Amino acid sequence: MKWVGAALLAASFLLPPFFAGDFYVNLASQILIAAIFALSLNLLVGFGGMTSLGHASYLGVAAYISALLTSRYGVGHGAAAIISITGTTAMAAFFGVIALRATGLGFLMITLALSQVLWGLAYRMSDVTNGDNGIAGLTRPTPFGISLDSATSFYWFALIMASFAFFMMTTFVSSSFGSSLKGVRDQPRRMAALGFNPWMIRWITFIYAGFWGGISGLLYVYYNKYIHPTSLSTTSSAEALLGVIAGGSGTLGGPVVGAALVLLLKNYASAYIERWNMLLGLVFLFIVLVMPTGIVPGLSRLLAGLGRGPR
Amino acid sequence: MNPLTSDLALEIVNLNKAFGGLVVTQNVSLAMRPGERRLIIGPNGAGKTTLFNQISGDMRPSSGTIKLFGTDVTQLAPYKRVHFGLSRTYQIITLFTGDTLEHNVTLGLLGLLPSRWQVWRPLSFYGDLARESRRILDTVGLLHLAAHPVSDIAYGEKRRVELAMALAQKPRVLLLDEPLAGLSNTERSTVKSLIASIPRETTVVMIEHDMDTALDLAETVTLLNYGRVIVDGDRDAVIADERTREVYLGA
Repeated sequence: MKWVGAALLAASFLLPPFFAGDFYVNLASQILIAAIFALSLNLLVGFGGMTSLGHASYLGVAAYISALLTSRYGVGHGAAAIISITGTTAMAAFFGVIALRATGLGFLMITLALSQVLWGLAYRMSDVTNGDNGIAGLTRPTPFGISLDSATSFYWFALIMASFAFFMMTTFVSSSFGSSLKGVRDQPRRMAALGFNPWMIRWITFIYAGFWGGISGLLYVYYNKYIHPTSLSTTSSAEALLGVIAGGSGTLGGPVVGAALVLLLKNYASAYIERWNMLLGLVFLFIVLVMPTGIVPGLSRLLAGLGRGPR
Repeated sequence: MNPLTSDLALEIVNLNKAFGGLVVTQNVSLAMRPGERRLIIGPNGAGKTTLFNQISGDMRPSSGTIKLFGTDVTQLAPYKRVHFGLSRTYQIITLFTGDTLEHNVTLGLLGLLPSRWQVWRPLSFYGDLARESRRILDTVGLLHLAAHPVSDIAYGEKRRVELAMALAQKPRVLLLDEPLAGLSNTERSTVKSLIASIPRETTVVMIEHDMDTALDLAETVTLLNYGRVIVDGDRDAVIADERTREVYLGA
């Protein structure tokens, strides 16, 4: 049953370029990028028990570094990507040292504060970041000489990256380190009493999540060819967090489903309803009330119940 | 770890701990030989668990020294002490309730292995860990429940999982905090024989209120009251001591 679901999901990702128009293919690309971002946040929230409200920092900073290097300093896309990801990962290592002085609500507040600092910088340091105007006129990379300018070619690129990211993060949480991480989430004191170093386990995860947040930021800026301080805002962090929780935190498929839901609502609902945020809120309210652990765990429980037949 | 040469497995010198004005450990000095079976008794609030928490590193003492096989571990983080051969169980059951019994014990094994840092290979590929974990569950009589989540099993069985996790680490010093608490008579005798069968390489320090069972397991007894050592010595001498009757057994 689980494998059928996974196969259907995989197939649904392979089909869009063959059937759908550019609008939908682009929408699918955006879902893939949001999914990588949500998956990286889920490492912290779902598997590490570290609820972060500042994860947009990694997306935004990676995007800004790449945008500045390629547009202003004429650095090639390859080198810019490497510098951007290295810089973002180093930033995660530094932020992790600060944020992991606390757990729970304290951790959340520190991540929020740090991301607000970056957001403020992006707005105010207008001689560097171009402030509220954002940085426009960016280009997409041409890996192996292949142009990514068409909707379809970018979709394939995003799909390869997202599959790789999904595989890497799935491997991470199923490894013995992943077990250590889940153990520290559930019983940190016991884990220490068994010989595990809770702080180090959290810190490594924080850095790894920052790394994949950075990757999603690169794809984000490639897709949009534009970057604005909004992508560093608390709203971006909170939207991703909502997606993770709605889809099912601590599951592998949940963040993908949640990210897709947020984007679809945003794109469809905003076309018909002006206050689409209200609709988003109502949908989340419904999910939290009906399936408190998220869509994916909720549906699998429902399917398991149906499989057993009527009671 | 390294074979350290010391006559004592665990040595506590002049340990003090106070929460503000409340003194919970007062000038406690204890010495335990390798392989010794020590029972720590005392009325509620005597500071027994607080003493354990300081030995395991969950709490920092206000002053004093704790040595494991001659190494001063007073300033070491809890997880580092485990690598010196210290393991403990909790009075309040502290297990991974959503995970299977096998996974719980596997975590006990993993805690001492370098592969706990390994991020590539799925844990399920470690056949030897799973086998060892099931072997240990067998020794505590829970092999038939290995695939069940902890939340499914009975209280008495959880107590045995607590023990299995600690035993998986083959500790040189094992701290047992009320391993018999809340158990039925049958379960008591099961756990009693389990504790009795712990190999002599392990020094066992146990807090327990059930004197009938615990005294059979102990060679030496320490009586604590108001955070102070009242009597300390061979089992029979401590039991016979007048102060023990006064404080604990009730006149």
